[in-house]
Amino acid sequence: MRTLLLEGLLKTPLTEPGPDQAEAGRLAGELDALARRMLGRSLSIRAVDAGSCNGCELEMHALGNAFYDLERFGLRFVASPRHADVLMITGPVCANMRVAVERTHAATPSPKWVVAVGDCACTGGVFAGSYAIAGAAEDVVPVDLRIPGCPPDPVALLRGLIGLLGV
Amino acid sequence: MTSLADLLARSGTPAARMPAPRHAVSAEIWTAAAAALAHGAADLMGLWSDGASVYLALHAPDSGLAVLSLALEDGRYPSIGRHHPPAQRLERALRDLHGLVPVGLEDERPWLDHGVWGVRHPLGGAEARPRAPVPYAFLRAEGEPLHQIPVGPVHAGIIEPGHFRFSANGETVVRLEERLGYVHKGIDRLMLGADMARAGRLAARLSGDATVAWSFAFSRAVEAATGTEPPPRARALRGVMAELERIANHLGDIGAVCNDAAFSIMLAHCGILRETVLRAAQACFGHRLMMDAIVPGGLARDIAGEGAARIAAALAAIDAAFPRLVTLYDTSSSLQDRTVSTGRVSADLVRRFAAGGHVGRASGRRFDTRAALPYPPYDRLPVEPVVYEEGDVDARVRVRIGEVRQAQGLIRALLADLPDGPVLAPLAGGDGEGLALVESFRGDVLVWLRLAGGSVERAHLRDPSWFQWPLLEAAIEGNIVADFPLCNKSFNCSYSGHDL
Repeated sequence: MRTLLLEGLLKTPLTEPGPDQAEAGRLAGELDALARRMLGRSLSIRAVDAGSCNGCELEMHALGNAFYDLERFGLRFVASPRHADVLMITGPVCANMRVAVERTHAATPSPKWVVAVGDCACTGGVFAGSYAIAGAAEDVVPVDLRIPGCPPDPVALLRGLIGLLGV
Repeated sequence: MTSLADLLARSGTPAARMPAPRHAVSAEIWTAAAAALAHGAADLMGLWSDGASVYLALHAPDSGLAVLSLALEDGRYPSIGRHHPPAQRLERALRDLHGLVPVGLEDERPWLDHGVWGVRHPLGGAEARPRAPVPYAFLRAEGEPLHQIPVGPVHAGIIEPGHFRFSANGETVVRLEERLGYVHKGIDRLMLGADMARAGRLAARLSGDATVAWSFAFSRAVEAATGTEPPPRARALRGVMAELERIANHLGDIGAVCNDAAFSIMLAHCGILRETVLRAAQACFGHRLMMDAIVPGGLARDIAGEGAARIAAALAAIDAAFPRLVTLYDTSSSLQDRTVSTGRVSADLVRRFAAGGHVGRASGRRFDTRAALPYPPYDRLPVEPVVYEEGDVDARVRVRIGEVRQAQGLIRALLADLPDGPVLAPLAGGDGEGLALVESFRGDVLVWLRLAGGSVERAHLRDPSWFQWPLLEAAIEGNIVADFPLCNKSFNCSYSGHDL
C-alpha cells in the first residue's frame, strides 16, 4: 500500500489533457464558479433510481472516478434527500416507484432542483407506454433540467449540471 | 431418482428444437420434473409462459439444456415451487403477470404486482382495476429482543431500488426478507409484437450493466429461431465485447466491495482501470457500455480501425496495475477481516438454486455457460471456470479477480486471430422458436422467444438474479447488519433484470 500511495503522490494526475479530459476540465471550470455563486462551495446531489436499467447509475458512479473526480468541485452524492439540493432521477418512473419518488421529492428541502437523467427519465424512453410506467420524471415531479442520452456519459452529466446552475 | 435424461426419454419427440429440445409433456412428467429438481437431478434454468403453456427450462450435465412445456388447463398448472423452492418467485411472478395458478403453491402473496399498475394480469386477461397499493405481509420473525429494520426502496447511494426487511437481534441479522418488483417495467409485454430492432433495444435495457450479454443472448435466440449464422468476424467480436463487459463490471465490483469495507483506495484504482476499459469500448464500438452493438445476424458495426490497439493498451494498463491491487487486497488484514468468512452461502444452497456467476462459482458450483454449453466464440476457445469453495464475500471477490485475468487472455486470443469479412448476415427467416443461454458477468442469462412474420410474438428474459437474490437472504443470516452492504455488493444482483 505504501508504494501505491507514494506513487499517487509522485505521479502526475490522471486528469491530463486529452480530448475528453480537456472538455471535462473546461466544463468543470464553469461549474466551479457558478456553483460557488449559488450555493457556496457545495452542491449535494441525491440519486433516485425510479426504474432505470442501471446503465445511468454506472455513468453516475463514473463521475466519482479519478478522471472526472466530481467532488473536487464541491459536487457530491449524499445519502439522504434531506441533505440534497439536487435530485437526479434516472429511469422511467415505474408505477411501483411513483410514491417513493414523490416522497423523496417532498423530503428534499427547498430550494431544490430536479434533473431528469437519461432518455428514460426525459421521455420514458423505450419503456414509454407500458402499463407499468407512470411516465417520464416530469409526469411525477417538476423537472428543471433534462440530460438525454442512453446513458449520458460523464461529460454530458457534468455539462448538464452546469446548465442547471446557469438557469 | 429420475434423471433428466430419463424424463426426456419418456417425453417423446421434441415439439421444437431451438436448438435445445422442447418437449410438450403431460402433467405427470411435469410433476416428475419437479421431483427431479427437488432431488438435484437437474438445475432449474427458467420458468415462463406464453399464455397457452408453461415452459420449464432444465439443465443437467449429461443431457444439456432442455425445455418442457405443459398446456395450461383453465390457467392452472401443478406448482414446481411446491417441491422446489427456487421456482416460487417465478411462479408468483407468473401469477401476477399472466394470472396463472400454480396449484399447490402455499405462498399466495403477489411478487411483482404492487397493486398500482391499474391493470390486473397484464399478460393475461389484462382487466382494468383501481390503483391501490396492496399491503405486503412479511414473514414473521418473533422473539422479545428482535427488532425490524426496513430499508428502501430508495437506498442511500447510487443504487437500484428494492426493499429489505431485516429482523435483527442486536447487531445480528436473524432474518432478511426481500421485497422486489419496484422497477418492473413490463418488458415481457412490451416485447409482444415488437419488431426486431425494438425488441433488441428492449432486451439491451433489461439490465444495463449486462447490456452486451443481453443483446448477445437475444440475438442468439433470434438466430436460433430463424436458422441464421452470424459471420465469423462477428462471432469473435461478440466474444471481445462480452469479455470487456465482464472485466469492466468485475473491476467496478471489486473496487466497490472494498469501498464498502471503507477501503477506498481499491475503489479509486479499480475505478481508473474500469474507466480505461470503458473508453476503449467507446473507441472500438462507439458506446462506453457497448449498448445495441450486437444485433441479430451479427454486429451493428465493425470494430473501429484503431480498436484492437486501444483494447491492447487498456489490457496493458490492467496488467501493470491489477497484480499490485490484488496483492494489496491479499495483504491488508483490515480488509480481509471484513471479507473472509462474511456472508457465507453453502454449496448445497447454491446447487439447489442453480445460482450462476460469481455467486455460484464462489461456493463450488462449476457451472459457467461458456464451458458447460459453449456457444461461439467459446466453442473454439475453452474456458476453465474460476471456482472457489468458501462461499464468502472473499471468495466472490476472488472469482472476479480470476475472471478479470481470464477475460484478458480470451480477448487477446480473439483479437490475435480475428477473421476478416463482414460482421452482419441477413436473417434467414422471420418465424420460429429460439432459446439462448449466454454467460454475462453476473451469470447465465436466458432468452426464449417465438417469432412470427419477423416480429416477436412472445419473449421471455430471465436474469441470473432470480436465482441469486434468494441466496442473499441466506448469506446475511447470522452476520451483523453493518456487513449487509458488503454482502449485497459481493452478490451485485440486478434489480432491473429481476423485476423485468
